[in-house]
Amino acid sequence: MTTRLFGEPVRRREDPRLLTGRGRYLDDIGEGAYEVAFVRSPHAHARIRDIDVSAAIDVEGLVAIHTWEDLPARLAEPLPLLIPHPALTHGRTAYPLARDVVRHVGEPVVMVVARDRYLAEDVCGLIEVDYEPLAPVVGIEEATRAEALVHEDVPGNVGAHLVQEVRSATGLGAREAIEAAPYRLEFGLDIERSASMPLEGRGVHARWDAGDRSLRVHSSTQTSTSVRMAIAAKLDLPLPQVEVVAPDVGGGFGVKIVHPWPEEVLVPWAAMLLGHEVRWTEDRREHFVSSAHERAQTHHVRVGFDERGRVLGLDVTIVHDHGAYTPYGIIVPIITSTQLPGPYKLGAYRVEFSSVYTNTVQVTPYRGAGRPQAVFCMERTMDRVAEHLGLDRTAVREANFIQPEEFPYDQGLIFQDGRPLIYDSGDYPESLRRLKDLVGWDDFPALKEQAAKQGRRIGIGLGCYVEGTGVGPYEGGHVQVTSDGRVHVSTGLTSQGQGHETVFAQIAASELGVPIERVSVVTGDTRRFGYAVGTFASRAAVMSGNAIALACGKVREKALRIAADALEADPGDLEIVEGEVRVVGSPGTALPLATVAVLSNPLRYAFDEEAGRATQFAGTSSPDRPPVAEGDEPGLEGRDYYSPIRSTFASGMHAAIVETDPLTAEIRILRYAVVHDCGNLINPMIVEGQIHGGVAQGVGGALYERMVYDEHGQLLNASFMDFLMPYATEIPRVETAHLQTPSPLNPLGVKGAGEAGVIPVSAVIASAVEDAEGIRIDRMPISPSELFDLRRAASSG
Amino acid sequence: MRDIAITLTVNGIVRRATVPGRRLLSDCLRHDLGLTGTHVGCEHGVCGCCTVLLDGQPVRSCLMFAATADGHEVTTVEGLAEPDGTLSPVQRAFAECHGLQCGFCTPGFLCTVTALLRDNPAPGEEEVVEGISGNLCRCTGYQNIVRAVHRAAEILAEER
Amino acid sequence: MKPPPFDYHAPRSVGEALEILTEAGDEGKVLAGGQSLIPMLNMRLTHPRHVVDVNGLTELATVEAGPGGVLVGALARHAQVERSEPVAAVQPLLRRALGLVAHPVIRNRGTVVGSLVHADPAAELPAVLALLGGSVRLARPGSTRDVAADVFFTGPLESALRPGELAVSALFPALGPRSGTAFHEVARRHGDYAISGAAALVVLDEDLRVVTARVACVSAGPVPVVVDVTGVCGGDRWEAADWRGAAAAVWDETEPEGDIHASADYRRHLLGVLAERALTEAAQEAGNR
Repeated sequence: MTTRLFGEPVRRREDPRLLTGRGRYLDDIGEGAYEVAFVRSPHAHARIRDIDVSAAIDVEGLVAIHTWEDLPARLAEPLPLLIPHPALTHGRTAYPLARDVVRHVGEPVVMVVARDRYLAEDVCGLIEVDYEPLAPVVGIEEATRAEALVHEDVPGNVGAHLVQEVRSATGLGAREAIEAAPYRLEFGLDIERSASMPLEGRGVHARWDAGDRSLRVHSSTQTSTSVRMAIAAKLDLPLPQVEVVAPDVGGGFGVKIVHPWPEEVLVPWAAMLLGHEVRWTEDRREHFVSSAHERAQTHHVRVGFDERGRVLGLDVTIVHDHGAYTPYGIIVPIITSTQLPGPYKLGAYRVEFSSVYTNTVQVTPYRGAGRPQAVFCMERTMDRVAEHLGLDRTAVREANFIQPEEFPYDQGLIFQDGRPLIYDSGDYPESLRRLKDLVGWDDFPALKEQAAKQGRRIGIGLGCYVEGTGVGPYEGGHVQVTSDGRVHVSTGLTSQGQGHETVFAQIAASELGVPIERVSVVTGDTRRFGYAVGTFASRAAVMSGNAIALACGKVREKALRIAADALEADPGDLEIVEGEVRVVGSPGTALPLATVAVLSNPLRYAFDEEAGRATQFAGTSSPDRPPVAEGDEPGLEGRDYYSPIRSTFASGMHAAIVETDPLTAEIRILRYAVVHDCGNLINPMIVEGQIHGGVAQGVGGALYERMVYDEHGQLLNASFMDFLMPYATEIPRVETAHLQTPSPLNPLGVKGAGEAGVIPVSAVIASAVEDAEGIRIDRMPISPSELFDLRRAASSG
Repeated sequence: MRDIAITLTVNGIVRRATVPGRRLLSDCLRHDLGLTGTHVGCEHGVCGCCTVLLDGQPVRSCLMFAATADGHEVTTVEGLAEPDGTLSPVQRAFAECHGLQCGFCTPGFLCTVTALLRDNPAPGEEEVVEGISGNLCRCTGYQNIVRAVHRAAEILAEER
Repeated sequence: MKPPPFDYHAPRSVGEALEILTEAGDEGKVLAGGQSLIPMLNMRLTHPRHVVDVNGLTELATVEAGPGGVLVGALARHAQVERSEPVAAVQPLLRRALGLVAHPVIRNRGTVVGSLVHADPAAELPAVLALLGGSVRLARPGSTRDVAADVFFTGPLESALRPGELAVSALFPALGPRSGTAFHEVARRHGDYAISGAAALVVLDEDLRVVTARVACVSAGPVPVVVDVTGVCGGDRWEAADWRGAAAAVWDETEPEGDIHASADYRRHLLGVLAERALTEAAQEAGNR
């Protein structure tokens, strides 16, 4: 048998360097580079009247100051709208440096290059920009009122509007189905703004080689291949002259999938212009006001249901706060709209969203990407239905579940990849059974009663979700065995801490039958692999994992063919074990893969003894055939791509027990339980880690984190002092159980796991707090102060 | 604003640098001395990524000027392993327990925990959580970090 | 987020530091622990022309606990004071309050006197100094003056420290016999500035009747707000005293403001809750001491 590494909790191969300070993050690259700082707009909405740099030009160490007017043709255009959509009728993107009008606090206006960042900031402080303030639009309500416009040419501030409707089996529209239903409810549900907030901000380093006119760019990005294409296009360079590398990336969580950021084109441009390395490392304040946020949406829900709680019709109207620009299209509200039905069979479903502009930081996907809002909406609805009927909350969910025998299940919607939303596999009833066991759902009422006798308030809540993962279009993998027996794996997508070097090595070692120590993995380096999409939508394991497995299959097939020739055996009788090709059943006959690699590459020149065996007089090739057969290639390597017909759907269910302080209204999570199904597990240790981290971010979003803008569009909490990311003291221990329903769509049977943990947390905590308090929770996050206000409102009737 | 000549002992080696008075210790370590293992996550003292040991005590290197550290001893993440490269018990425990993902906050945690276990070799659960409560991690949810601290205490006890 | 340019001074004696500060006047800033000053510099919220780094003045790194109280030198770190057993014996409230100040790593560097001079009404130590009726010693070349807590804190981030002066020490009076203290607060995250907090001091007579009961409130106004509740519960035996009524008096006499983390009403409500908790606990300590 070959070494089975797939499915094992293999220790991470990234760790030795990351634990010893040898990681290489963006700001670690290019010592001696000039450094960049930006003058950023202090106004949410203003016209730029004048930029006066005269006080700044004498600063020693200043290299260059640039405004929009300095930019060459293509760079002076607005940045690309990455994902166009027919419903996005008024898509708008920013200029790399503001031209005439700024539309949010933090928008870059002037770029300063100096000997170091201290000096660059000194210069920024001396540049005077004369602004004519314009009326700011802050928040969904103001955007919808449209008394002021974010973009003069976008009427009503509405950038996009989309309706999807799935009729009932009997042909009823959702609104008709609701009218016809025995029970009906109507209510609003809101989620506030938050952000990915990786601990390493964004950053770009560029080196221009004027001699061969080539550009090497490092960017702390989730997609190096696409950044490369954007740079080549914007700077009018031939693609082969541009290389982009994502080094170690200190967290992404979505914000780094957006590209090209202004800095990703401006920094390379400056490096070319100045003939000197240039680096920009985003600081924390910049990250708050000039990257991206997410989550803010309002939802108006109408639901019709029967006596068992079966949803006969659901009608949801969403308003999505898009911030000032739409560089990533309308992916977030599309995902909310389409993932809202979750694990349920809804009788009929109508969803309508409007995406509105506001004078705030732009909105692009943050881990979960619209799903936390969707699940909040659906699961709060389930809780309301249960409450209305006096049923157990789990019973109502059970009554609505898609059953295991109903897969593939077509939800009748168009997903974020433009393809039909068809669930591939899952077992929702079993997930719920396991969750109830894990958290002790049925025993909770007794526990609650007991606590109440001690004057304590506790509550339990749950939330279920289905997550489309592994969206296309494709990823690729390249696998090469060199004549030293080493296996070099590369894939184009990037890593931000998910342990790709480890899991991809596990896949390659398993598929090729080599010890994992011989496998090395490179991700996100266009010098190694140029075709890729990026790391988002929980897609890396599904997409690159399968591509690498397929590429390994090619290598394996070739190795067996060459070895069969050398061993005079039938390829069908051969296996690869521990890096050797062996004849099944006769362990004495073996050929190391290193030798196969030598034989795969006919040589004229021997550079060492091994290579000598492949030279023309070594007698290893037949004089009757060309050294490289027709249709073959030299070398023991393979490249393949995985391009799925559609996404694969992971699922999970969470439950929490919370305690609320009757006096101080503080909210504490006593227990947090997760049942998770992402198909076959490649590395259970890493999957667990993804869940822990996701839940922690979810807890942040449920109880602590929010972006608070005032009416002028100033972000009031743009620091870690006031944007309350949880510490270890705020995060509960997460108890997990796994279900493995393999995906039938891909060879490895895997589904994505990266975002899962964060998705249902707000729904779960709201459900639990509501249970503890008996007060309706219809917006998240919730702070003790807000719970106090709700209590007072409830007690005053 | 004249430059100041400073001498620090970093990871046991005497290092000299000439810096402006406003040079943050974090920047001095990273950019003047080339020790980029110390990371900078917020530059206002909240995230803890830049934590180093100053005369053995964990401190935020972004909240200290390099000039203030003149004459003192600094230990950074690069100085935690044995000279032969053997990982320290704390480093080993983090690997074993999957106490890191992107690795950006990790150097700060490692320095904090190294000092924590030196002062309190067998901390209880609350002491561990309190001990790491000034360091933010956006990836792990802390659960495996807490586990790693306990595991490091075990390894240290075994090797004592 | 890099500090603006300034002239950096590292005096070798207190005398030298005072001379530099006098010369710098209102363009000088003292750097001790730096845990508040340096974030403000990094955010360029303050632009001193001269920064006088007193970290070399080890003669100021003193902590003396005696019958009169705890005298903390300007360079004594939070952690040093927190860990001191003599300090805990003389004035246990200091250790309790210091345990609530930010996180252990911050306490390794931050100084007690620095925290007082920073005068953040959300911070614990100004409330402790105010509750106990302590004082801060301010020096200028050739003279010193002691400023009592009730006049030291003059506004949010404002104190009686004048340009050119150096705060060299602070005195926290000792806890007397049959006296007890407590500190309760609510923060959004562990280690954050409290959204509300109450420190209490209760002194009993030989018959265990309340002689003095005071509460100092955190995040309740521009400066630490001290409310004397002796009028409500004075003369009663501590077990029978109306601590809820005393807490209500605190609630009555404070008018905190709302911000993004907590509404004014919630803060005020918390003050009542926390004052009662702190008073009850302090009374219990006094009664059992």
